[in-house]
Amino acid sequence: MKQIPAPFWTLILGIAVTLISLWVGQNHNLLPVQASEQAPLVDDLFNVMMTIGTALFIVVQGAIVYSLIRFRQPKGDDTDGLPIEGNLPLEAFWTAIPAVIVVGLGLYSVVVFQEMGGFSPGGHHGHGAMVAMAPQQSVIDVAPLLLAQGLDDDTVFGKTQVYGFGASPLVQMNQPDVTVNVTGMQFAWIFRYPDTGITDGELHIPVDKDVQLKIEAQDVIHSFWVPQFRLKQDALPGEPGELRFVATREGTYPVVCAELCGSYHGAMRTQVIVHSPEDYADWVASRVAEATPTTTVAQPIEKATDAEYLAEIAPDLARSPVQIAQTGLVNH
Amino acid sequence: MQGAIDSTPVVTGHEVAAHEEHQDLRVLGLITFLASEFLMFAGFFAVFLVFRGSHVQWPPEETEVELLLPAVNTLILVSSSWVINLGTKAIKKNDLAGMRKWFGITAAMGAIFLAGQVYEYMNLGYGLKTNLFSNCFYLTTGFHGAHVFIGLLLILGVLWRSRRANHYTDITHTGPEMAEIYWHFVDVVWIVLFSLIYLLTLI
Amino acid sequence: MAQADVSIKPTELQGGHGHPDKWKWYDYFTFNVDHKVIGIQYLVTSFLFYLVGGFMAVLMRTELATPNSDFLSPELYNAFLTNHGTIMIFLWIVPAAIGGFGNYLIPLMIGARDMAFPKLNAIAFWLNPPAGAVLAASFFLGGGAQSGWTSYPPLSEITANLPQTLWCVALIMVGTSSILGSVNFLVTIWKMRVPSMAWDQMPLFCWAMVATSVLALFATPVLAAAMVLLLFDINFGTSFFKPDAGGNVVVYQHLFWFYSHPAVYLMILPIFGIMSEVIPVHARKPIFGYKAIAYSSLTICLVGLFVWVHHMFTSGTAPWMRIFFTISTLIVAVPTGIKIFSWVATLWGGKIRYTTAMLFAVGLLSMFVFGGLSGVTLGAAPFDIHVHDTYYVVGHFHYVLYGGSVFGIYSGIYHWFPKITGRMLNETLGKVHFVLTFIGTILTFTPMHNLGMQGMPRRVAMYDPQFAHLNQLVTVGAYILAVSVIPFYFNVIWSWMKGKEAGPNPWNAMTMEWTTDSPPIIENWEVLPVLTHGPYAYGMERADEVGPAGEPLPTSRP
Repeated sequence: MKQIPAPFWTLILGIAVTLISLWVGQNHNLLPVQASEQAPLVDDLFNVMMTIGTALFIVVQGAIVYSLIRFRQPKGDDTDGLPIEGNLPLEAFWTAIPAVIVVGLGLYSVVVFQEMGGFSPGGHHGHGAMVAMAPQQSVIDVAPLLLAQGLDDDTVFGKTQVYGFGASPLVQMNQPDVTVNVTGMQFAWIFRYPDTGITDGELHIPVDKDVQLKIEAQDVIHSFWVPQFRLKQDALPGEPGELRFVATREGTYPVVCAELCGSYHGAMRTQVIVHSPEDYADWVASRVAEATPTTTVAQPIEKATDAEYLAEIAPDLARSPVQIAQTGLVNH
Repeated sequence: MQGAIDSTPVVTGHEVAAHEEHQDLRVLGLITFLASEFLMFAGFFAVFLVFRGSHVQWPPEETEVELLLPAVNTLILVSSSWVINLGTKAIKKNDLAGMRKWFGITAAMGAIFLAGQVYEYMNLGYGLKTNLFSNCFYLTTGFHGAHVFIGLLLILGVLWRSRRANHYTDITHTGPEMAEIYWHFVDVVWIVLFSLIYLLTLI
Repeated sequence: MAQADVSIKPTELQGGHGHPDKWKWYDYFTFNVDHKVIGIQYLVTSFLFYLVGGFMAVLMRTELATPNSDFLSPELYNAFLTNHGTIMIFLWIVPAAIGGFGNYLIPLMIGARDMAFPKLNAIAFWLNPPAGAVLAASFFLGGGAQSGWTSYPPLSEITANLPQTLWCVALIMVGTSSILGSVNFLVTIWKMRVPSMAWDQMPLFCWAMVATSVLALFATPVLAAAMVLLLFDINFGTSFFKPDAGGNVVVYQHLFWFYSHPAVYLMILPIFGIMSEVIPVHARKPIFGYKAIAYSSLTICLVGLFVWVHHMFTSGTAPWMRIFFTISTLIVAVPTGIKIFSWVATLWGGKIRYTTAMLFAVGLLSMFVFGGLSGVTLGAAPFDIHVHDTYYVVGHFHYVLYGGSVFGIYSGIYHWFPKITGRMLNETLGKVHFVLTFIGTILTFTPMHNLGMQGMPRRVAMYDPQFAHLNQLVTVGAYILAVSVIPFYFNVIWSWMKGKEAGPNPWNAMTMEWTTDSPPIIENWEVLPVLTHGPYAYGMERADEVGPAGEPLPTSRP
């Protein structure tokens, strides 16, 4: 310490901490693959937080460990430490720095949120999409909702509110390429394609297309989550939800129910299959062909549905309403 | 600052300590408690307002509210707040008979209010389960009614205790004071409740 | 306003039987109005419930050692996860931190003979054991509530109705207890300080309890309202939260979280208070930034009332809400940061004693930095959307509640056990306890963050086999935590009977509770003490040797 002045060490430490934090922020490998346009936005935000967090973590933990070693009680010394009661500039400093950081993070979050389409669920003004939203087979009586829209347009709590993520600002004016009605029920997801009449236990979507999921729940609250898309929206009985996204990577990803929905909540999992455009067209064609007139034959050819998965791990559920409901819907 | 050496007069010995401990904090405690209690009602009111905002027809057609009787009831309850105040004013002047008279009248008014509430319940033609509005209606008025009932018991308790000679005097009157504060609380809650559940239906 | 019929006369506390020197063992099982008895009652019962909740956690972790549901039935698993949360929050941390330390210490710290309303205090305590009994009963009458400690309708309205009703009743009971306790704390701290103690001479624990009490007072009644509505929906045919009859499931979430987010601060603010007491004593330094710490508690209390929607970012919340509550949530990091930095600065330049109390306090500091940072990430809505309702959240809140609150309670026990019992805890066992707890905590709760980000939702009895390895690591950590309580409970029981005599002030601390005997006499002091120095005047000129005006030392007894 005699030869080298303290500011020099501070500088070196500062640079080291910065470099380590920057490296950790980019190479933590904590998040799964990115498979939607929103995913990189979320991950960039997380990486920034991870970088700042790592720096703060190292600095504070370092200060703690340093104090514990440097300022431990000397043997046989029963006296007290220095009577320092505070230091206004220092306190102002460590109030201001976090304040600046959180304001920055807040603003950044708003930007990310907006780019993700967080400000436009249910169309531009929060309704309008609602009319289209009302699914034919909905368990919810939509008549009052439509009435509400006509008479009481501006109520904050109006049922015209749709929750979730809508179109990103770039495609705001466009209609989605594919729309899927998603219904959560104990303990399965049902995906219905209103354009083609397909019903399935797995979600099939084309890559690089604008997909809109209209999410509702039949019995209790569920939550639709695809970790690789970084998107989640609760399926609320009586409250319409929406997720609109573009899948950017072909593959099969899990669809997970994230809200406790009963005994077999943990087994309420299925898959989303992101097809190439050709594969998707093939899939649609095969499903439509299958569903044509000879309805009696129509047994679902889902490979590993929740129900089967459930039957495997929990045989007593095999006769649960899930399967009955699911089969019923498919045969419809 | 915290390090300073304080040189305020020494407080030791039971004489001084006893004086300090005779401070009556119950009124303060009651007010604190009622602030908290009010927030429970605020919760109910918030729920009511959310439902009101999200339903086109509120209250729905078959569950309209009566207005005349509750308005009379409101007048009775609001004026009883003024009456009970006369009671505590009386005891502060050491006028025990006056206090008993005014508290008695307040109790009677409270009882009339409750009776009116029960009468209203019986003649509305719908019950707790009829629809969402009736859920809210019976729950909030019912909870308020329970509070009126407790207030009534407090007043009757004060009257009961006041039989003992010198129990309440111009210097010892925390009991009546607390009963009065509680009664005002019940009154304020009712005014909010009446405005929300009854008067708002006029708009 | 002197009124003879209402005062707490010294003799009233003993039921008019004069001055017994100390309470007999059976007094601790009765409706006793002495704040110290009540404090001990709270602590002992909460430490018993801690074992119950911990046992449930161990069973759940055993189930999760394998991906399939093969150890507990899924219903029982859900009942355990519901009651683990409920017990740990409402019957362990809240009663231990607020009821236990608050009741025991507040009058001693401010120089009062008891709380403002001793009887109310006893009533508040005695609402707790029945609440626990009701929860226990719910297991035998229908298998326990199974819809999580959040009990969101409609699930809570269609699953296990009787246990769910009992659960609501239990929560209303502990909620009432909490409100009554808060009234008592506020009035006591406000009005019953020794006349020589100004607001800014109070120990910081008292400030923390002011903030805690205000928060409990404003938030708890809203929970009571939610519970009442849920109760009516389940049992009396109303439809507040039934969407098919016009009700709204999101309204419940707002009511619930309006209480339950502040509840998080109820569990941590008193712990912050304990930190501010323990660190200066064992670092032998005045607390750094007294006013900053005191005011930051109040700031957390105030801001904490307006952040609840961050628990609902994926629920039915409008975009403006998600944004507003992102910002308000992030702001909480500022006052919390002030506290952390102030404690680190208190360590800096001290002469740190490596006592177990101090180890737990520093351990807490270390844990809380991590938990606080992950909390900030959760506050930002876009990222929270991804990890909401996953193990990331579970990891985060266990870091702040276990690494924070539980470490703080441990630290407080090691620090004040000598005062409460008159005997020292064994330091060697204490250090074994600390090491096991520290390792167990990191091992249990760190991998949970990875699991959550990778895609494992919370509250599941069965999970994707790809997560098995990390889950097994967590389970091992949980077992270590389970083992870690053994040296602690043994230490407490053994030391209570046979430990080394502590004397009035074994740590040479400067707050007022150390000026009386250990354990303090009934009514705390023969002669009320006089404040002669601040609570943290370490390293300053010791003016406290003789009271002013030649009065006897506060500790001396005639």
